[in-house]
Amino acid sequence: MTALGKLLRTTVFKLTLVYLAIVAVFAAFLLGYFAWNTRRLITEQITQTVDAEITGLAEQYRQGGLRRLVFVVDARSRRPGSSLYLVTTPAGEGLAGNVGSLATGILERAGWTETAYRRLDDPDGAEHHALVRVFQLPGGFRLLVGRDLEERERLRDIVLAAGRWSLAIVIVLGLAGGLFVTRRVLKRVDAMTETTRQIMDGDLAGRLPIAGTGDELDRLAGNLNAMLERIEALMHGLKEVSDNIAHDLKTPLTRLRNRCEEALRLVEDESQYRQALESTIEESDALIRTFNALLMIARAESGQARDGMTDFDAAEIARGVGELYEPVADVKGIQLKVEAPARAPIHGNRELISQALANLVDNAIKYGGPDGAAVNGMPAEIIIKADRAGERILLTVADGGRGIPEADRGRAVERFVRLEQSRSQPGSGLGLSLASAVARLHGGELKLEDNHPGLRTVISLPPGVSGQSQA
Amino acid sequence: MRLLIIEDDRDAADYLAKAFREVGHVADLAADGEEGLAQALDAQYDVLIVDRMLPKLDGLSVIGTLRSKGIDTPALILSALGQVDDRVKGLRAGGDDYLPKPYSFSELLARTEVLARRRGGREETVYRVGDLELDRLSHQVTRAGEEIVLQPREFRLLEYLMKHAGQVVTRTMLLENVWDYHFDPQTNVIDVHISRLRSKIDKGFSQPLLQTVRGAGYVIRDAK
Repeated sequence: MTALGKLLRTTVFKLTLVYLAIVAVFAAFLLGYFAWNTRRLITEQITQTVDAEITGLAEQYRQGGLRRLVFVVDARSRRPGSSLYLVTTPAGEGLAGNVGSLATGILERAGWTETAYRRLDDPDGAEHHALVRVFQLPGGFRLLVGRDLEERERLRDIVLAAGRWSLAIVIVLGLAGGLFVTRRVLKRVDAMTETTRQIMDGDLAGRLPIAGTGDELDRLAGNLNAMLERIEALMHGLKEVSDNIAHDLKTPLTRLRNRCEEALRLVEDESQYRQALESTIEESDALIRTFNALLMIARAESGQARDGMTDFDAAEIARGVGELYEPVADVKGIQLKVEAPARAPIHGNRELISQALANLVDNAIKYGGPDGAAVNGMPAEIIIKADRAGERILLTVADGGRGIPEADRGRAVERFVRLEQSRSQPGSGLGLSLASAVARLHGGELKLEDNHPGLRTVISLPPGVSGQSQA
Repeated sequence: MRLLIIEDDRDAADYLAKAFREVGHVADLAADGEEGLAQALDAQYDVLIVDRMLPKLDGLSVIGTLRSKGIDTPALILSALGQVDDRVKGLRAGGDDYLPKPYSFSELLARTEVLARRRGGREETVYRVGDLELDRLSHQVTRAGEEIVLQPREFRLLEYLMKHAGQVVTRTMLLENVWDYHFDPQTNVIDVHISRLRSKIDKGFSQPLLQTVRGAGYVIRDAK
């Protein structure tokens, strides 16, 4: 497509043409209306003047008959700037007045007509046009009074010329302006198109240029850039996740395979085979659970879980999880309490929030118990809380165990990190990672704090729509 | 029990069929949705085991068609998609239970047997196993005439076990049906709850009714 062709096919140009057409039509209408009214005014003036004259002449005729009429008409004809007069015999011969020749048949028509004429004193001159009124006098004599239409004609000529000129100017300026504007807009749009093509070809880091004018194209570019930012982050996250998963699963899979191979090599009798197979199944199960947990984390991090969100009460979740884990804590000599007196409505994924809280409680039971190096002599306690703090809803699990030193808190949330003190316990090392990912998915965060003594984990969430019924 | 297994993965289908036959059930196979639908319409089965992703006609459509024809054979859906919303979709399509892959056969077996038994009988108000009685209306539990006081959740746990008396129920089934949870509790929470319940209903009595089935779950039954 040629450059001009591209210009002409843009929306901007088409819009300019439409706008141009509208303006032209409107201007023409205005001009026409003005001209028509002025013409009417002039005509009106003429008819009024002529009527006045006729009234005067009729009076003269009444008073002094034809002779008097002729006398007055002659006198008036000689005045400069006068109207047109003609008095004729029934046969059409002129008796008085300043009109020389007329178009044929005018005298037969009574009333108003437009006609061409020549002046009496300028018989070979140009033809003029006049608006005349013809009267039949008794005896067949005729009286004609009129005025030259030159003013009206001049008006018409002016208007026509103006119209022609303005139309030409409007079209030329409009087209030129339209092309100019279109070219500018097209240049910006083309730049954006080119950049997106580059980005699609693989350069995900590319961004659309922003001209700095703050207009709608800039806003569009800004929004598209934000979208590209998000896409880049998601792709990066996805790659990271799949890298992590590949890495994180290869280790236990390799371990599994090695155990099986070892069994093949060393085992002698049937009962040992049985044992080897049973432990293989156990390891596979653990692997499956790790995989499911990783999948859940990936889902939470990539925002896939957003469609499963509902409104529910976090306090209810806290009570449920507390009730589920209470016997487990009790067995270890820990008292598990739930403090969730008031409704704490949130909007989120029920399964993920439950899992996150369960992970925190499970951790608290494993590491927050009395066999930790806690110095206080009080009975071990774990408190689950769900309450509102200002604009946030907080789900808290607080224990009295050995806690996590501040330096380690950042690391603890990473996948598969088992801090030194917890290596002896069973577990995948994903509990905190999931809780953190879930918190972030819901627009909140996971905080690890010192419970003095012990660890306090807090999932801080934005509030849901209050007053809704529980999901 | 007569089963129809609609699964396009040959290995998995053969494995399941063999495993079910070993425990004494009859298992028919279908390799795609259309074949499965035809067979389900043709013969009487106690439970249908339907893979969600099938060639020709997907699992949910098969079940939907059966339901629209008034066939209410219990259907268990197997699926690689294991999120809660997938489960909800499956149950809404007419399925009666939903098991994400990978699953253990003991889990599948327990759930299948529970579904099969569901077909017969009305809802009773009093469950009895041996000399243990549970009244669902008054929430009273007695054994050998002595009243046993249970917490509300312990009651629900016992109620579910007794509803499926004689059948194995897995930890996952308990978590889903007694607690309505669909997440992984990480530790053996169910075991601890069972242990507490056991100490209330079995301790001090001659006959232990609540038994552990290794590798599968729990069952409450009269040993006689």
